[in-house]
Amino acid sequence: MRMRTFPIGGIHPSDNKEWSKGQAIEVLDLPNEVYVPMIQHIGAPATPVVQKGDKVVTGQIIGQSMGFVSANIHSPISGVVTSVDAYPNGQGQRRMMVVIKREGDEWLEEIDRTTTLKRECSLSPEEIIAKIKNAGIVGLGGAQFPTHVKLTIPDGQKAEVLVINGVECEPYLTSDYRNMVERAEMALIGIEIIMRALQVQHAVIGIENNKPDAIEHINAIIARDNYRGIEVMPLKMRYPQGGEKQLIAAVTGRQVPPPPALPISVGAVVCNISSAIAVYEAVQKNKPLIERVVTITGKGMKSTHNFLTRFGTPLNVLLERAGGLPEGDVKLLNGGPMMGRSIVETSAPIIKGCSGITVLSGAEAARGKEIACIKCGRCVEACPMGLEPYLLSKVARLQKWDVAEEHNTVDCIECGCCSYSCPSNLPLLDYIRIGKQTVMTNIRARAAANKK
Amino acid sequence: MATRLFASPSPHIHSADNTRRIMGDVVLALIPALAVSTYVLGLRVLFVTFVAVASCVLFEYFISRLFLKRKATIGDLSAVVTGVLLAFNLPVGIPWWIVVIGALVAIGIGKMTFGGLGCNPFNPALTGRIFLLIAYPVEMTDWTTGVPDALSGSTMLPAVKYHLTSLADVNFAHLFGGVMNGSMGEISAVALLVGGIYLLVRKVISWHIPVAVLGTMALFAFATAIGQGDLMWQLPLFHLMAGGAMLGAIFMATDYSTSPMTHKGMLIYGVGIGVITMVIRLWGAYPEGMSFAIFIMNAATPLINKYCRPKRFGTK
Repeated sequence: MRMRTFPIGGIHPSDNKEWSKGQAIEVLDLPNEVYVPMIQHIGAPATPVVQKGDKVVTGQIIGQSMGFVSANIHSPISGVVTSVDAYPNGQGQRRMMVVIKREGDEWLEEIDRTTTLKRECSLSPEEIIAKIKNAGIVGLGGAQFPTHVKLTIPDGQKAEVLVINGVECEPYLTSDYRNMVERAEMALIGIEIIMRALQVQHAVIGIENNKPDAIEHINAIIARDNYRGIEVMPLKMRYPQGGEKQLIAAVTGRQVPPPPALPISVGAVVCNISSAIAVYEAVQKNKPLIERVVTITGKGMKSTHNFLTRFGTPLNVLLERAGGLPEGDVKLLNGGPMMGRSIVETSAPIIKGCSGITVLSGAEAARGKEIACIKCGRCVEACPMGLEPYLLSKVARLQKWDVAEEHNTVDCIECGCCSYSCPSNLPLLDYIRIGKQTVMTNIRARAAANKK
Repeated sequence: MATRLFASPSPHIHSADNTRRIMGDVVLALIPALAVSTYVLGLRVLFVTFVAVASCVLFEYFISRLFLKRKATIGDLSAVVTGVLLAFNLPVGIPWWIVVIGALVAIGIGKMTFGGLGCNPFNPALTGRIFLLIAYPVEMTDWTTGVPDALSGSTMLPAVKYHLTSLADVNFAHLFGGVMNGSMGEISAVALLVGGIYLLVRKVISWHIPVAVLGTMALFAFATAIGQGDLMWQLPLFHLMAGGAMLGAIFMATDYSTSPMTHKGMLIYGVGIGVITMVIRLWGAYPEGMSFAIFIMNAATPLINKYCRPKRFGTK
């Protein structure tokens, strides 16, 4: 049978997973100090509910979500709040953070810290979603979209299938992979709970064929523990298969219509495999989202790891454990090389969306000299959204925002396939991003004007 | 040495592909044809090719530096490709100074006037060739000078067109393998095909344009043969093998800047070239129509790009 994948575009970068895929999940030592940002999600920042001098225990809420699209923040360790102030994040931007100095290892009483698996769940969908909301769970694939919002199906629409993202198409990253081979039982219970919350009978776990052991392992557990309605679908390796729309198309054959349509318009809800584990812990163990698996990898690193890391742990701590940064020019990324963000502040904390820290050498990340567009069409062929990147980039450069809008620049998912494949080294996505942001601002302004 | 962090927006890695490598691949793909041509027509092939390449590169260099006052872009090898393709479109006996004039028109008017690489609406080598064809019609169609005796005489296309030779007498093995008369690059269909396959494998070109051009020509010839009730297979095969069909379809029509971006656009463009070529070959004033057909479809490329856009994700 021909293996399925998404319908248009895409590229085949070298996956570079071999650097860290063999490293079992290690529990990182409890950090002595954490910097916990009040924004680790898409939406409104949480409001700090602790003050300097307060004693906190692990799992206690320290940031209250503000509004529907927002997420709670919990204390990742126990200790004393030493500061509530603005500190730089990875990009050097100052963000409100709660600083906690660790004292001992005390936990909120209601949290079940045993490792015994608990599968039975008799909660109603509403109760499950409330627990997920309280636990501050967001999409752990990197987008950090609040999970309770995703699972709340708008009136008049119906979820038919739960798509679980086990693709991890970003080169280098292996945190989802390690979760799949080491914590598949927890993930499957989490999936079952999400299916219950959505009232769907069918879930499909999409995994690329470069992870045959993960596919086999999960299939074995599904058979052994008799998980009904959950199926693993091997997918042909191709980037950006982990993009929400690409994954839905690969798994169900249905294409989500252009924005503002959401996945639910084709009956699909997508959830990351690591998020499913967080759901398991929240619903069955009362454990809020305070830690995640973070890959630290790169060809120049002395050692690579998959660390179970408490949020707020300074990046420096992980880097030191991996033997420090290599010498010379280095690009430090929150995430992988295709969509990750450059980090310029190594004291910045690890946050919910950080699936990995990728360290690239100057040579590996160098941008080639830009020359003229030769109209080869490689960007058009690579674009998974069916756009014309050369054109969108050019019109953004010329600030012709109306033309950019007419050519659907808002559809761009910023996957980077265009810049990656351009033989003239044009920074296509840099300009397209500017165009997309401007056009989106213009659209919102028009909508606001029409309301008046 | 200390560690130095640097930053940029994503993506942070790049494919190994670059323009220079692509142009280098095109040059490599032209080498089998150049080799066969040199073997059949003699060392003058190399001389003419050298003159064409050297003039193209030098003209690009001097026009960039003296007139455009910017760094020369000859490092991308595109001027080399133009030079080789221009030479391939000339008879081997052509005087060297005509080659230089052709290079000046190709690079100076065909390419640099529009802003250089990627900005030219017409294939530069073809611009040069068409200029020479009109300016020096005698020299451009003199297939005898410098050619071994066995091959002297007219080329196949005009021979058949003006009924000097019957199509039934055409030796197809010769046409295919490389013992036919014509421009330097048109000598061997098989050598050009080998180059084309290399370009396909290296993903420098896609199959759409060559298949559309050659397929349309074959169908057109087949339909004509049915009309005449004779030579059902000879006529299509002849038109694919003779003249500039292979060179045009594989190397000239696939020029990035002057051909459409999407596969659908490429097919329309290729069909257009095939039809126009056959109309000129069968009923036009010239025995060969490939150059004009590509030139005309080059002009249509912006329009094709405008209407043949890729399918937007999520739409029917």
